[in-house]
Amino acid sequence: MAEKDYIQGATGAWEIVIGMEVHAQVSSKSKLFSGADTTFGAEPNHQVSLVDAAMPGMLPVINAYCVEQAVRTGLGLKAQINLHSVFDRKNYFYADLPQGYQISQYLQPIVGKGVLLLDMPDGSTREIGITRLHLEQDAGKSLHDQSPRESFIDLNRSGVALMEIVSEPDMRNSEEAGLYLKKLRTIVRYLGTCDGNMDEGSMRADVNVSVRKPGGPLGTRCEIKNVNSVRFVQQAIEYEARRQIEVLEDGGKIDQETRLFDTGKGVTRSMRSKEEAHDYRYFPDPDLMPLEFEQSWVDGIKATLPELPDEKKARFIEKLGLSPYDASVLVAEKESADFYEKVAKGRDGKLAANWVIGDYFGLLNKSGQSMEDFVITAEKLGGLIDLIADNTISTRLAKDVFALMVETGKDAATIVEEKGMRQVTDTGAIEKVIDEVMAANPDKVAEYRSGKDKLFGFFVGQTMKASGGKANPNAVNELLKKKLAG
Amino acid sequence: MTVNPDSLTIASALDGLAKKDFTAVELTEACIKAMQAARPLNAVITETPDKALEMAKAADARRSKGEAGLLDGIPLAIKDLFATEGVLTTAASHILDGFKPAYESTATANLWKAGAVMLGKLNLDEFAMGSSNETSYYGPVVNPWRAKDGTKLVPGGSSGGSAAAVSAGFALGATGTDTGGSIRQPASLCGITGIKPTYGRVSRWGIVAFASSLDQAGPMTRTVRDSALMLQAMAGFDPKDSTSVDRPVPDYVANLEGGVKGMRIGIPREYRMDGMDAEITTLWEQGKQWLKEAGAEIVDINLPHTHYALATYYIVAPAEASSNLARYDGVRFGLRVPGKDLTEMYENTRGEGFGREVQRRIMIGTYVLSAGYYDAYYTKAQKVRTLIRKDFEQAFQRVDAILTPTAPNAAFPIGMKNDDPVTMYLNDVFTVPTSLAGLPGMSVPAGLNSEGLPLGLQLIGKPFEEAQLLRLGRSLEKVANYTAKPFHWWES
Repeated sequence: MAEKDYIQGATGAWEIVIGMEVHAQVSSKSKLFSGADTTFGAEPNHQVSLVDAAMPGMLPVINAYCVEQAVRTGLGLKAQINLHSVFDRKNYFYADLPQGYQISQYLQPIVGKGVLLLDMPDGSTREIGITRLHLEQDAGKSLHDQSPRESFIDLNRSGVALMEIVSEPDMRNSEEAGLYLKKLRTIVRYLGTCDGNMDEGSMRADVNVSVRKPGGPLGTRCEIKNVNSVRFVQQAIEYEARRQIEVLEDGGKIDQETRLFDTGKGVTRSMRSKEEAHDYRYFPDPDLMPLEFEQSWVDGIKATLPELPDEKKARFIEKLGLSPYDASVLVAEKESADFYEKVAKGRDGKLAANWVIGDYFGLLNKSGQSMEDFVITAEKLGGLIDLIADNTISTRLAKDVFALMVETGKDAATIVEEKGMRQVTDTGAIEKVIDEVMAANPDKVAEYRSGKDKLFGFFVGQTMKASGGKANPNAVNELLKKKLAG
Repeated sequence: MTVNPDSLTIASALDGLAKKDFTAVELTEACIKAMQAARPLNAVITETPDKALEMAKAADARRSKGEAGLLDGIPLAIKDLFATEGVLTTAASHILDGFKPAYESTATANLWKAGAVMLGKLNLDEFAMGSSNETSYYGPVVNPWRAKDGTKLVPGGSSGGSAAAVSAGFALGATGTDTGGSIRQPASLCGITGIKPTYGRVSRWGIVAFASSLDQAGPMTRTVRDSALMLQAMAGFDPKDSTSVDRPVPDYVANLEGGVKGMRIGIPREYRMDGMDAEITTLWEQGKQWLKEAGAEIVDINLPHTHYALATYYIVAPAEASSNLARYDGVRFGLRVPGKDLTEMYENTRGEGFGREVQRRIMIGTYVLSAGYYDAYYTKAQKVRTLIRKDFEQAFQRVDAILTPTAPNAAFPIGMKNDDPVTMYLNDVFTVPTSLAGLPGMSVPAGLNSEGLPLGLQLIGKPFEEAQLLRLGRSLEKVANYTAKPFHWWES
């Protein structure tokens, strides 16, 4: 643990301890225990089956695809897959919880211990333990702002399959928490088990925060519920840690409680006190049989897993010579990794990475378009890199060509041809330009020759300018030195 | 011709329909008339005469085209715990006021598919919680059998309306549900036959849940053959019920007359309880004798954990019920009693909507699942339940079926046991162990006590051996030669 991660309080340094419970919506056309549709953005109460509305006598039937998705996610987290797991009822009353209980998994979850690697900005990695992953139903949504007197209920989300992914309290600052969330999102997106869209609620985090004196026993934690962006998670942790330190340093004590993050004010607020704490009365759901798998079924799923970000990153470093940082930037989204691989194919891996991460991402972000819609395809960017590699254009000119490619949609070769931007490497032609420059500046030539070396840059600039930027810079340097020397 | 439904069974009515002695419409009209005449019994919550006649017409049409189903044209009545599409479904609770489901339970849908006709929805204990049909929001059901002095008696419960409807003769059969004895005990108290199949044999989909791990639907009829016919139609795998079992339904009627020669019948020592009604003991002895004479071998067996069954049941069933009944919250259907906020609306709705017995069980269930009490009650009850199941497994290595009394007493006066819930719970002492073990059990009427009231004997079978159990029941029925019927005092 590095010193820099400590927060300095009035009584000295404090260490933050963070664990997270992430609710990730399973990518599935239908809900966990009913056939109702799960498409986002439907009219309220248009995707509700009799089961989701908990009509009398209705019974849940497990959606096998959701189970497979949970196992796939567990495998992606290098986790223990439990061949026997049990659904339990978590009992509480709320208007948007039609059954009066949520079907979840309590003592025997589908996935056990696993691990997730954080890619730190300095290129190192840090291991965060995964405690468990379990399947559960989402609740509906209460709408309190539609009428002054009544609340409305939308049951479209009721029964949607969620994976609750619980981490060990292994994170020590808000940056790590942010990286954890991003990495988890990357993994589920690679796996296709969750779309990771936090703004649509497909991923939400409950963040557990406590503080302690470095090396001391764990402090009492508070749980900040339902935070729905990486930035808010980080802000909430920063605020909450400082709040707890202040309470403790003032001689107070932290109550274990559930808090909400007020995104407008940037503060956390107590949601309910211990006295109101629920007794959820978990017990095995008698409507459902335990989930039982064969190891061979799990192995079959394992065999279909795609190359995951950690493996891809290692390959990019090892086989393509990338730095750990560049590699982690490229693998963060499967789409960019795939794009990069297409660009790098048969070309210099590092050069390709520089172009993808630098100019390409720069102009892509500026365009506001998706990679799919953006005018620059992998083939086009590859074509540009080829022109650099074979010295047709200089790196400097290539930047101009790239800007024109974005502007016109034409490929690099066409632009270079049309604009006559081909690099001049013909020494005769360059010598001719140098002669003209020297002839036009006899006084500068004399000064140089009398020892004013600094003027060399002036001659390079003049020559490049006179060549319209097309002269090969190396050739210009060499020839100038020779000619000026007389 | 005039049809007297009271003189018919399902089997004889099917004969009459086949021989064109009467039409389904004629039969149904006669049943509707008898149902209306029997209103003093309060056995029916919702009469559906129009629907019945419409279904009967369709049945006649099918029969004339030679497309009659297994139960085509047979008027049945349905315990009001089964959801019936477009027909008020109450579970005998105030909280389901006005609830007309948009769906039909699998069990009843199977009956309609076989051609049966629905006469109406039958009274029951509220949410099937009770042993006397006195907890119904719609008032108690009166047993067609009266005491000699004319005192009105309970029909048993929770399927009290079902037992009364069949016993009174206006329905040829009725559906029941059994969680701890709710088919068998009222069958015994009303002098009819009822079978609770193996857990998982009949789909629970569309039946208002009481205790999910115990609830099982079954037929209540006048004869064993009729139960076999109705179960044939009701049973089967249902992908909509995860606890339904995917195995073929055998022909329950084919071997019904196969007899009991060579069958080994177990007599559990532990069912001989202190203070048990001497007449019940005598009838049980008589049952043993009958089966022996019919060629069965009688074997004494032990079911050592029987003593704990009732206590176990009254932890497991309320625990599940407390959760199953959470959905009746006034938000989406049924009764809503407004309050100043959500919590108060819940309190008002559930306080007014649920009767005392239902509230009692919700409280017991909530308590036994609470933090700090869960292990002492719920976990321990589950362990005992396993031991009870093992008792039966061991016994069934030595015997083919088990003979016991169905209930510790005959029908008792309305109001007699209402003061003490535990006394009431004791009515299920012989039926609860079977339910906890998920085994099939049936009650067959075997005789009358000195008061002239019917008593039943219970037969317990191996899992999914309903065919064997029915065959055994048929043998018992034959030797017992029970023919008694209640005097139709309500018609005079």
